[in-house]
Amino acid sequence: MQVPDGLLYTQDHEWLRVEGDEAVVGITAYAATELGDIVFVEMPALGARFEPAQSFGVIESVKTASDLYAPAGGEIIAINEALHDKPELVNNDPYGEGWMIRIKLATGAGAPDGLMEAPAYRALIEAA
Amino acid sequence: MTYGYGPNTAGDRERMLGAVGLESIDGLFSDIPASVRATGLDLPAGLDELSLARRLETLAARNQVGLASFLGAGAYRHHIPATVDQILSRGEFYTAYTPYQPEISQGTLQTIYEYQSLICQLTGLDVVSASHYDGGAATAEAALMTIRQTKRERVLVSRAVHRHFVDTTRTYFQGGRLTLEELPTTAEGTTDLAALEQALADPDRPVAGVLIGQPNAFGILEPMAQAAQLAHAAGALFVAVVEPVSLAVLAAPGDYEADIAVGEGQPLGIGLQYGGPYLGLLAARSDLVRQVPGRLVGRTTDVDGRRAFVMTLRAREQDIRRDKAASNICTNQALCALASTVYIATLGPHGLRDVAAGGAAKAAELEGALAAFGVPRIHTGAYLNEFAVRVPDARRIHAALLERGILAGLPLADWYPDDEALKDALLVCATEVTTSDDIAKFASALREVAA
Amino acid sequence: MTATIERPEQETAQVPGPRQVVGPGLQPTLDELSRPGRATTKVPHAPADALERIPPDHRRAAPLGLPELNEPEVIRHFVNLSQLNYSVDTGFYPLGSCTMKYNPKINEWAARLPGFAALHPLAPDAVAQGTLELMWELEQWLAEISGMKAVTLQPAAGAHGELTGILMIRAYHMARGDHERTEVIVPDSSHGTNPATASMAGFRTVTVKSTSEGQVDLAALSAALGPHTAAVMLTNPSTLGLFERQIVELLDAVHAAGALAYMDGANMNAILGKFRPGAAGFDVMHFNTHKTFSTPHGGGGPGAGPVAVNEKLVPFLPWPRVFRDGDAYRLEKPGERPSSIGRVRSYQGSTGVLVRAYAYLLAHGGEGLVEVSEDAVLAANYLRHRLSDTFEMPFAQVSKHEFVASAARLKDETGVRMLDIAKRLIDKGFHPPTIYFPLTVEECMLVEPTETESVETLDAFADALIEVAREAHDDPELVKSAPHDSPVRRLDEATAARQPDLRWRAMSGRETPCPG
Repeated sequence: MQVPDGLLYTQDHEWLRVEGDEAVVGITAYAATELGDIVFVEMPALGARFEPAQSFGVIESVKTASDLYAPAGGEIIAINEALHDKPELVNNDPYGEGWMIRIKLATGAGAPDGLMEAPAYRALIEAA
Repeated sequence: MTYGYGPNTAGDRERMLGAVGLESIDGLFSDIPASVRATGLDLPAGLDELSLARRLETLAARNQVGLASFLGAGAYRHHIPATVDQILSRGEFYTAYTPYQPEISQGTLQTIYEYQSLICQLTGLDVVSASHYDGGAATAEAALMTIRQTKRERVLVSRAVHRHFVDTTRTYFQGGRLTLEELPTTAEGTTDLAALEQALADPDRPVAGVLIGQPNAFGILEPMAQAAQLAHAAGALFVAVVEPVSLAVLAAPGDYEADIAVGEGQPLGIGLQYGGPYLGLLAARSDLVRQVPGRLVGRTTDVDGRRAFVMTLRAREQDIRRDKAASNICTNQALCALASTVYIATLGPHGLRDVAAGGAAKAAELEGALAAFGVPRIHTGAYLNEFAVRVPDARRIHAALLERGILAGLPLADWYPDDEALKDALLVCATEVTTSDDIAKFASALREVAA
Repeated sequence: MTATIERPEQETAQVPGPRQVVGPGLQPTLDELSRPGRATTKVPHAPADALERIPPDHRRAAPLGLPELNEPEVIRHFVNLSQLNYSVDTGFYPLGSCTMKYNPKINEWAARLPGFAALHPLAPDAVAQGTLELMWELEQWLAEISGMKAVTLQPAAGAHGELTGILMIRAYHMARGDHERTEVIVPDSSHGTNPATASMAGFRTVTVKSTSEGQVDLAALSAALGPHTAAVMLTNPSTLGLFERQIVELLDAVHAAGALAYMDGANMNAILGKFRPGAAGFDVMHFNTHKTFSTPHGGGGPGAGPVAVNEKLVPFLPWPRVFRDGDAYRLEKPGERPSSIGRVRSYQGSTGVLVRAYAYLLAHGGEGLVEVSEDAVLAANYLRHRLSDTFEMPFAQVSKHEFVASAARLKDETGVRMLDIAKRLIDKGFHPPTIYFPLTVEECMLVEPTETESVETLDAFADALIEVAREAHDDPELVKSAPHDSPVRRLDEATAARQPDLRWRAMSGRETPCPG
């Protein structure tokens, strides 16, 4: 299962890529596979603010629905509009075209606290 | 053996008990603590089928259903084509359950899809739920939809929406910090739009939804387009509470830009049955699809490319989403939806129009006959097939007419006990089954008892 | 024959759809069958001027676009559709937690008696005495079965009954000035309706885990209980088909915390006359008449969900209640009982369903109902025994009317999942059991045979499941690609959800006048 280096991960299987004082968020390939065929992603509004670990949306597959949790606190500055018509992008390219939100980090530039690096996340999903 | 439908002989029971290694039936219940284990039921003895049939016939005969009836108030007598009950009696339909296994449930699934399509045609909206318990529950669910969609907590409902629908919505609202406010009506019998505008204007208490009936609880036709405009201007959703047969001749909710339409589907081929099972209709604009509670059926294909139907968008439902579901609804009214589907398919567009227009014609005849005996309409607004009249001492007259075999509608004081203007109002209706003889009988009896 | 339905040119292309292949035995839709001008006259034509008094802006602008068919086509369409369904009348339907027992035909006859079927819901009490008597008597019987004080017949379904019960509990605490109770506790094995109901009624749901024996964990429940607990919702027997052996202690703990105990009565078919929830200490429960009392499931409904309450909750019952005054019966008047939670629906209840439940109860009587539960539990344990060498039985305790079995081992060995086994059962002529519920057991099925199935049917079903397990080893692809012999095969549910097609294309009406 693909777990790219350079990203940060949560226990809940979201990933976060820091770009200066902004970050891009999505779910991992492992999560996308576990969910199965993803059919809908409910997105937050632009400008909404979230605390770390707060639910920012919902992801639905054919048989299940899960909350999406913010890996870090911040303000939504972009959402991936393409997922509205093509939710399958999350299955096909979870770390690329399947990204979900871009946030302005509340903590400013740099990696937020409390997240895993790729090796730790790999260990987590191997143990599951 | 004391009951009629079980297969087991004494030998069968012995064999099965032996297989599971038990001496007696009691061993199957040894897990119930002795202190709370019951020792039977104090109920009447079971009856054979003949005795049972006699008892049921006796009870049914104690109801009087042969009256000359002018009672509607949300539940309407119509001719139900014989096709409807023939199809409802198919065991393949009525003894199946929710189509969890679509491969062996295409009959139920396709009929729900057809139902959704037909109700879309009637309402002029794009999405129809696979049905709700009844008009009251559907209205309450629609009110909750407006709250979820707008993230506001205040709903306005015309006081001339069916009383039971308003009461049901009020009960559903008990759980949250939700407000349901009633809008007054005018002498025409329509919702007071000035009051609506004022209620919508409060910036501190934004409104989620506005609910108005068409025809309303007085039978009067409401200015739906204007009301919808006012609601939309304030960022609220507009919910039309409709009577489905009327949609054969009246403007569709989609025409006046309602966001949601709900109603009682009973008039579409379902018997009166003292109140149920009925059919809660709920239709919405396509962009509200994820707020629609309950089941939806969609079209897809199977692995061989054959067209097939399946329950879809299921992740919103209670069995998956649990405490975050759009509603707790599980059971729907699939068989009642089937009845309405067969009813509409049998009547077709012209037949359904004849039902609606025929009722309107009979109601005009009724209005004329009552007016001739000095019993005027109360409201001045236009009506379709139901209206309120004023009689002296409505309750006494209603009771006296009942003794003469006439069910003279609903005393509106039952629904509006505090409204002086409706103290002596009878809400009466006519449909295509109302006869001119019954109308004449009503009018002349009215003269007798009023004298 | 495989027919290709060519869709006519669309005037108003709302739902662009590809050409669809309709498989053998499948049916076109009503709009595809429609031919303008076809009809069968069912009601008199309305006078041409019938609508002239209706202001034009209230009238439908465009003619109504509905399918036009003649009666034989209508009948053939729906009869052919019916034959694509599996049903209790056609075969064994061991769908756990749904109690798919036989639906007696006398009940259908009774509900259609004109005296019941044609009675207007707002008919004055004087002309509704038969139905009111039936409702009153049914309430008494359900009170006896539940061991409760009083019953409301209003709720239209089990989940509707849950909402009614939880709103009554809410009103009870409020009436005592106890405003701090904001939580409802449910076990992890509960029906999804329980937490959904709690949310709808404005409560936060707290979930407690079950023990490895499949019982509610008394210690975990006690820890979760507190001054914020409004109610605990328990299904007993549980969704695992197990009676809560510590029910007395569980109820004591609930009441010690000042909370009320709600019983989800979905599984009453196991314990009629064996366990009376009210007598044991539950405060409120609902019945599912379409489960326990054989009212037909109707392809998903209608049901009915009567709610029984103990003394504490009687003041809060929905109105109108049904009362007996001497020999006469009446509905409660508006305002007669201000403490009521109010209406939960229009009118008085799904009376057409209640007539069937009444007939069922009267056909059985007290002794017959006890026998129903005994045979239902016997059938489940027999079937469990027959399958215990093939599937894992995660719980050692005697089961009630249904049991959980797991195919986790088979999946490890063969890669065949429970879903595949279920689909393969379709090829063998059976409706599959409930699968992947409860959520707490891996690769599980929940099997509920009911008391109306013969031992020969149970044996045939067990043999079929054992054969499927063998096929999973010998030819896993055969099982994974099942069903093979059904009207349609596995469906593309992802596309159905991603691009929902929830109606056929919009039909436009024609400007032609009504015929005749």
